[in-house]
Amino acid sequence: MSEANNTRRKLVLGAAAAAATSPFWFNIARAQSGTIKIGFPVPLTGPFAVEAQDQVRAAEIAIQEFNEAGGLNGRLAELVVRDDKLNPGEAATRALELIEKDHVNFIVGSLSSATQLSTNNITKARKILFNSISQSDTINEVKDASPYTFHEALNPHLTGGAVGRYAFPKFGKRIVYLTADYAYGHEMVRGFQTAGKLLGAETLADIRHPLGASDYSAFLPRIQSLKPDILALCNFGRDLVNSAKQATDFGLKATTKIIAPILLYTARQVGGPEAFEGILGGTSYYWRLEDTVPSARAFNDKFRKANGGAVPSDYGALGYAGVRTVLAAVKNAGTTDTEKVIAAMRALKYDFYKGPQYYRACDHQSVQSVLIVESKSKDMKDKNDVFNIVSVEAPNEKNLRTCAELGHQS
Amino acid sequence: MFDLKLLILQMVTGVALGSVFVLLSIGLSLIFGMLTVVNFAHGAYFMVGAYVGVYALGVTGNFWLSLVIVPLAVGALGLLTERFLVRPLYGRGIDYPLLLTFGLSYVMMDLVRMVFGSDGQPIGTPPGLGGAVDIGVGNFPVYRLFLIVATAIIVAALWLFIEKTRFGLIIRAGARDPEIVRVLGIDVSKAWLLVFGLGTAIAGLSGILAAPIRAVTPEMGIPVLIEAFVVTVVGGMGSLPGAIVAGLLVGIVYSLSSLYVPDFADTSIFVLMALVLLVRPQGLFGRAGLMS
Repeated sequence: MSEANNTRRKLVLGAAAAAATSPFWFNIARAQSGTIKIGFPVPLTGPFAVEAQDQVRAAEIAIQEFNEAGGLNGRLAELVVRDDKLNPGEAATRALELIEKDHVNFIVGSLSSATQLSTNNITKARKILFNSISQSDTINEVKDASPYTFHEALNPHLTGGAVGRYAFPKFGKRIVYLTADYAYGHEMVRGFQTAGKLLGAETLADIRHPLGASDYSAFLPRIQSLKPDILALCNFGRDLVNSAKQATDFGLKATTKIIAPILLYTARQVGGPEAFEGILGGTSYYWRLEDTVPSARAFNDKFRKANGGAVPSDYGALGYAGVRTVLAAVKNAGTTDTEKVIAAMRALKYDFYKGPQYYRACDHQSVQSVLIVESKSKDMKDKNDVFNIVSVEAPNEKNLRTCAELGHQS
Repeated sequence: MFDLKLLILQMVTGVALGSVFVLLSIGLSLIFGMLTVVNFAHGAYFMVGAYVGVYALGVTGNFWLSLVIVPLAVGALGLLTERFLVRPLYGRGIDYPLLLTFGLSYVMMDLVRMVFGSDGQPIGTPPGLGGAVDIGVGNFPVYRLFLIVATAIIVAALWLFIEKTRFGLIIRAGARDPEIVRVLGIDVSKAWLLVFGLGTAIAGLSGILAAPIRAVTPEMGIPVLIEAFVVTVVGGMGSLPGAIVAGLLVGIVYSLSSLYVPDFADTSIFVLMALVLLVRPQGLFGRAGLMS
């Protein structure tokens, strides 16, 4: 081989080695100055478009607050919003784009369980901090958790458990579950049953319905004949609206209390007052919390000012919290260096919109309160006043799945 | 555990469920029988009917008035569709109108999203039809009983129209042999225009009738379209009695399997379809050789 070929080969090998180690280069090269970019992939199109848009509006409030307070030594924050179309493949692509093309410092987002896992796979491989606002705790399990993964949102195990702890002693121990037959539905049932075990609740039946079913009349006569004290609707969004409507039509409310692990503000608006009347559920946030919690009032006022008097929904508030905690950690750490921000987030004790919260050490789950709300159709002060807050369960790590259950060694 | 009351209640539920299927598949069957057009947009007309009905209810405050407005409005939309979109495609085989209506369903869904938003419209049970009544075997929603009665009335009216009027005669003849009908000097294209309008009008009407028991969302037409196709295949494409019998049969099969084998409830209607196709490929009341 000639001298020139040898040199060329070495050059090529050297370049290849440099390229292979380049992810480290990108991280170091990532802006230590200039705008602080937070990637925000949420399903702007699809069945949760309305909720996602509320999240964007609320997240912008968090950005605004940070910037108006001077940012980080003059460095301002910017929200980089992307549409993950509620599809895990798209979510992965968006996450990659945000990291490689837009050079974001952090990512907050995701709505469904599948998209949060997909986004997380990318962020933990690229060592980018990801604060998930998806209401599912699959991301806390050891195979998905990582030092870079945080979970601001709560999950059905927590809310189902909270609703169960409130409802079972009050309304009775004989429960029928009407469950959407997918992982999230089963998560909801698990939450109820874990709480129910300690209170002596009895599962009469766990009736599975196909995800997205529009007609529940096939299941309701059987539920009627079982005569349960409580009917737990373990489904979400459209399914919850449909099953609530039809359970009402079949006259079940005369003999049975209906509960749901997660009662969404938006679902209630779509379903209407009669369908949801008397239904009890859990939620991360309801705007009327401002009557008792000052930070809620502060958040609501800022949201109202920026959005013409509209109030934030539960989803919206999660968007705000997810971004605000990251920015608070950046402020505390004094830098956008990922490792230092992670340390700051782990140490964070905060009350940004609903009361005291902190991140659990083993899986970075935000330990927070759960609101138990009951839907109403009378005494509504305005069209936004759809729930009564009947109880608030204080933050307690014991109500989450334990670190051991999720696979973490202590 | 055999509970006769529960079984009967479940069967009544199945009949109520089947009523929506019957109305939808009548339109689908008519359109296919006369025009040999597979109307993939049928679910979209169902959805548009629900939205128009909710809007009309909001404007007039009267559910019964909306029941009159909806078939007129959706039927008009169907007439326009046939005249300007489907008619140019006749004579090119079965694929072109199928693709057209398929694409049309997406367009209609997104137009509704643009105008009304993706969230869905709340609609309560109309006053006077709410609540449940004890039908002897348990509580049953009044509205679903109304649905069964309304379907029976519509089907009866349609039967009278097809059996006893001259236009109905043309429809029956055209379904059997369009060539001869044309040879006899009857303007088949006008007949097809009106049949398409009629089919979509019924679809729209079933949309507003079904609205109080389902959520009114832009996607509500998709699952019902699949069910309507199953019913039309089981009953026989182009057969009205087939649509009625099959609609009720599918409703009852779905309802009973939800009770006894709930995990297979969703697939039960396809199992039924497969069985019927194995024994009688043209459907229970269908005419052999219609698809060739």
